[in-house]
Amino acid sequence: MNFYLAAVMLGLGFIALGFGIFISMRIFNIPDITTDGSYTLGGVVTAVILIKFHSVPMAMAASVLAGIVAGSLTGFIHTKLRVNALLAGILVMTALYSVNLSLMGRSNIPLINVPVIYDWFAFITDAVMRQLTILILITLTLLLLLSWILKTDFGIAIRATGNSETMVRAMGVDTSKMKIIGLGISNGLVAMSGSLISQYQGFADINMGIGIIILGLGSVMIGETVTTVLKVESIFGRLVGVIVGTIIFRLILAFVLSLGIDPNYLKLITAAIVLTVVCIPTLRKARN
Amino acid sequence: MIELNTISKTFNAGTPQQVRALRDINLTIADQEFVIVVGANGSGKSTLLNVIAGVAMPSSGTILLDGMDVTHWEDYRKSRWIARIFQDPFMGTASELSILDNFRLAAIRTHKKGLSIGIDSKFKTKVQERIAMLGLGLEDKLEQRMGTLSGGQRQALTLIMAVMDDAKIILLDEPSAALDPRTAALIMAKANEIIREFGLTGILITHHLKDAALYGNRILLMREGSVVHDIKADEKRKMTVGDLQNWFV
Ligand SMILES: Nc1ncnc2c1ncn2[C@@H]1O[C@H](COP(=O)(O)OP(=O)(O)OP(=O)(O)O)[C@@H](O)[C@H]1O
Ligand SMILES: [Mg+2]
Repeated sequence: MNFYLAAVMLGLGFIALGFGIFISMRIFNIPDITTDGSYTLGGVVTAVILIKFHSVPMAMAASVLAGIVAGSLTGFIHTKLRVNALLAGILVMTALYSVNLSLMGRSNIPLINVPVIYDWFAFITDAVMRQLTILILITLTLLLLLSWILKTDFGIAIRATGNSETMVRAMGVDTSKMKIIGLGISNGLVAMSGSLISQYQGFADINMGIGIIILGLGSVMIGETVTTVLKVESIFGRLVGVIVGTIIFRLILAFVLSLGIDPNYLKLITAAIVLTVVCIPTLRKARN
Repeated sequence: MIELNTISKTFNAGTPQQVRALRDINLTIADQEFVIVVGANGSGKSTLLNVIAGVAMPSSGTILLDGMDVTHWEDYRKSRWIARIFQDPFMGTASELSILDNFRLAAIRTHKKGLSIGIDSKFKTKVQERIAMLGLGLEDKLEQRMGTLSGGQRQALTLIMAVMDDAKIILLDEPSAALDPRTAALIMAKANEIIREFGLTGILITHHLKDAALYGNRILLMREGSVVHDIKADEKRKMTVGDLQNWFV
């Protein structure tokens, strides 16, 4: 398969992750580290269920649900037990490591001879086209669903919660509840990404989530650089920005790897790229 | 009706930093009363409003709204009755959201925030009409981010937002303190107008004795956590700025 096409494909698998990080970091302003654990959780739950029950819908639904539970737990610890959000996320992420390990019973499960979501639409005979179609359909569904939710009254309350807590409470919104639900949705999406990627790569691994939050954050920020330049402010536009950002990010990574750089440096390069993107506004200001 | 029965609030109880911000306050405020609260810095005015709003929980005593015990209700639940205007003009609105989104939230303050889209052309027209009444030329900027407006403009919108949905009580904590004199006067006049027109019960904290004399039909002086003067209707009307100044010497 074409090198860059593969990068785009992988990028599509990571879009749910980008949306999840967009919700926690951008809508709620909470740096939610649960992500690293809930991404793995999504992959692990998917692998375990696929091996046991051979049911793709069941595996995906259970993954998303598990992610929602993990995120809500972080939200609960943060809002109700009044633990710093960063610490709450680290606690749940750490606990999830053991959960994931005990679910799998070992550190890696290969997905051989089990059905995966990419087997659907069998009438498309070309495997690559089939995967691409499925991932694009999922992406579009998520895009429409999220942009609709964020435009509803509930969505306005969610967006206001991360922006002005005093105001939104004065408007009758239980901000604790909103954060618990919001982090639930965010981690549900992240787990979905873990599920899609594990099915794509053909295995689930206990370490698959390490540093994944940086990947999501990078996607969101690259997307924002694009939307800022294009002066896009609508929710729909910003979500499209996340999609664009995720794909661009994968293409940059693919390009860097194609230069012959040792894949062991992948995380280092990822961090460097994200740092660069994070610094763009500062650099711009310094120049003016 | 708002009833406070022996309300006390002590911050940092049992530590060297202990502050008795409210001391055994008994206060009954009738429907449609417009109460002005004055007092020196640190006398407990904001704490009184915060306790009524549910932002701070009283250390002892009870609070009743329309006869219902709401002593330990949190602010978001009390928003069923209460709208609030803050001293910081940026606190009452969400800067990252559009003006329209802000108004939508205000319009469903007492309702469930459900999974349906409430912003339609009818709603837009209604918001436009309300904002146009301010005469600030903001009615054509509905889609703009709230953060692009000035403090005075945002405070004016916060006032209108307070009456987008049913409200019985409006609490204003120095709403014009951060504004230039002209805008401050406009905000005060608008607040007074809204309280009258919508038949609200109002409590307004101010340090401007001119405003204190001009507006409201009842005035309280607070000192060290207690209400030391409580002047109503006819007597209040006779009070001049000079009389009020004498309270502070
Ligand atoms: N959250 C808090 N923690 C500790 N002490 C507090 C807190 N809030 C208020 N206080 C103290 O309670 C007392 C009353 O404060 P409050 O803010 O009610 O005064 P105020 O009358 O509104 O003053 P100002 O006119 O300066 O706004 C002050 O001594 C203040 O330091
Ligand atoms: Mg005060």
